[in-house]
Amino acid sequence: MKNSIKKTTPYSDMSFATEPTRMVRFMRSFFIFQIYNFFKLNLKVMRIVVGGHS
Amino acid sequence: MAKVVVLGAGISGHTAVSYLSKYLKKDHEVVMVSPNSNYQWVPSNIWVGVGLMTPDQVKFKLAPVYKKMGVNYKQALAVSIHPEGDTEQKQGFVTIKYVSEDKKDTIEKVSYDYLINATGPKLNFEGTEGLGPKYFTESVCTYDHASHAWTKLKSALEKMENGEKQTFLIGTGHPLATCQGAAFEYVLNIAFEIKKRKLLHLAEMIWITNEYELGDFGMGGAYIKRNGYVTPTKIFAESILKEYGIRWIKRAGVQKIEKGVAYFENLEGEHKTVNFDFAMLIPGFAGAGMKAFNKNNEDISAEVFAANGMMKVDADYTPKPYEEWKAEDWPLTYQSVKYDNVYAAGIAFAPPHGMSKPMQSPNGTKIFPTPPRTGMPSGVIGKIVAQNIIHTIKTGKIEHKHKASMASMGAACIVSAGYGISKGQAAVMTVNPIVPDWEKYPKWGRNINDTVGVVGTAGHWMKLFMHYMFIYKAKAKPFWWLIPE
Ligand SMILES: Cc1cc2nc3c(=O)[nH]c(=O)nc-3n(C[C@H](O)[C@H](O)[C@H](O)COP(=O)(O)OP(=O)(O)OC[C@H]3O[C@@H](n4cnc5c(N)ncnc54)[C@H](O)[C@@H]3O)c2cc1C
Repeated sequence: MKNSIKKTTPYSDMSFATEPTRMVRFMRSFFIFQIYNFFKLNLKVMRIVVGGHS
Repeated sequence: MAKVVVLGAGISGHTAVSYLSKYLKKDHEVVMVSPNSNYQWVPSNIWVGVGLMTPDQVKFKLAPVYKKMGVNYKQALAVSIHPEGDTEQKQGFVTIKYVSEDKKDTIEKVSYDYLINATGPKLNFEGTEGLGPKYFTESVCTYDHASHAWTKLKSALEKMENGEKQTFLIGTGHPLATCQGAAFEYVLNIAFEIKKRKLLHLAEMIWITNEYELGDFGMGGAYIKRNGYVTPTKIFAESILKEYGIRWIKRAGVQKIEKGVAYFENLEGEHKTVNFDFAMLIPGFAGAGMKAFNKNNEDISAEVFAANGMMKVDADYTPKPYEEWKAEDWPLTYQSVKYDNVYAAGIAFAPPHGMSKPMQSPNGTKIFPTPPRTGMPSGVIGKIVAQNIIHTIKTGKIEHKHKASMASMGAACIVSAGYGISKGQAAVMTVNPIVPDWEKYPKWGRNINDTVGVVGTAGHWMKLFMHYMFIYKAKAKPFWWLIPE
């Protein structure tokens, strides 16, 4: 999501924060990559949750 | 025949009762005492708060589900526990007060062989003057609150459509509040909805938090592997707020609210104010406020509960400085310190200490997040407590074969950042363990290979998928037990 911050106020808190590039933002909703991420992340979450208790 | 009583049909208590009924129902009695006739999937209240789901989509009636499970359901509030019985009866019991229409205000003693206290948090709006839906701010902690928040948000959006500027203040409403994740989701969803309506030029959005640095989330922050770097969650949280056009006030303990203005003190000890048109601030959490009595009817609440009203369990509560906090301080079985047949699950157990470093202003005001207990650990704890009780009932031995320390279990946090199948976004974060263990993982405090911090549509699909999956599970539909907590 790209929005209203078109002007940077130097030395404001916000001015020190990183911001994603267009490519990163594109990949965040690029369908094929997101399908891949969906399965990868679900697997990771499942492994962490199931492995955490006995 | 054994009788197990569970207090609180939230994520933890409902999970416990589901397993208890599955494995015990034919030969034993399982009782649920909870005041709300509905189960609610709390994480989806965020979407109720921005008008994208109705309360009916996040809740369902408990009575038919408990009937199917064979659970004896009492729509009542637990008022006090009497683990040694009293002068009339030897067996432990809970005093409950009905809230259901048919039996309203009737008091009953419910005896038990095993008790699970899963009463979650009391939303302590009284802890901050002027806080909460009865006064000047909104909440998304229940579906009613979230629905009220949406009514107010809708009217703010309408004002913007008529060209009026609006200031949105979202975050923590008490110097020691936790649950930053939920408030963070809400501010991102509000920003997303404002953007969708092309009204950003009329919005000022402010994130106010008691965190020392953004991304602390009450778990002392975390490090995540991301784009070839190991990055603190501070970078992650600041970046997403900047991207969504939200400015922030950190290290702030909100102390009082008046109409349209929040008063806070920061860690430098300065007293400041911030104005708002719409505010959603998370209250402090306390225990459910039950009392405990011994067989002579003497108040033993201080032995059974911590000062905040949460139940003391098998944790190390010795006060110690941050530098001496250890993974072993955290409980494994959630058995009461005082009574072997009493357990506390989910938010109801008293944590030994925080995860975030305690901080205070020069005026002595403590400003830092207390430890969160999110849905995943709450569900897991409910399950293992039930499993241990089932084992004890079946074998007669208290062995605690099942253990789940928050210092060895991982968790995933899916922070919704906008709704929609193709445009929806969420940040998926995983940490393992939840409580940092600086002895085992001296470099990052946690297993860095188990960390994730990813933003994208996949996260939104996961959050939506979990909504339907966990409601399916909670309704005890076929094969529900195959779905992990
Ligand atoms: C808006 C929001 C979003 C969230 N999003 C996420 C998320 O995305 N992921 C995540 O992991 N976690 C999330 N959480 C946290 C999660 O909801 C909690 O961790 C979880 O609900 C805790 O479960 P619990 O069973 O301990 O308490 P609760 O779910 O609060 O349940 C407590 C139950 O006890 C009942 N009760 C209270 N007092 C009494 C009494 N005296 N007698 C009997 N019953 C009583 C209550 O009515 C309730 O049914 C979110 C929280 C909020 C507020």
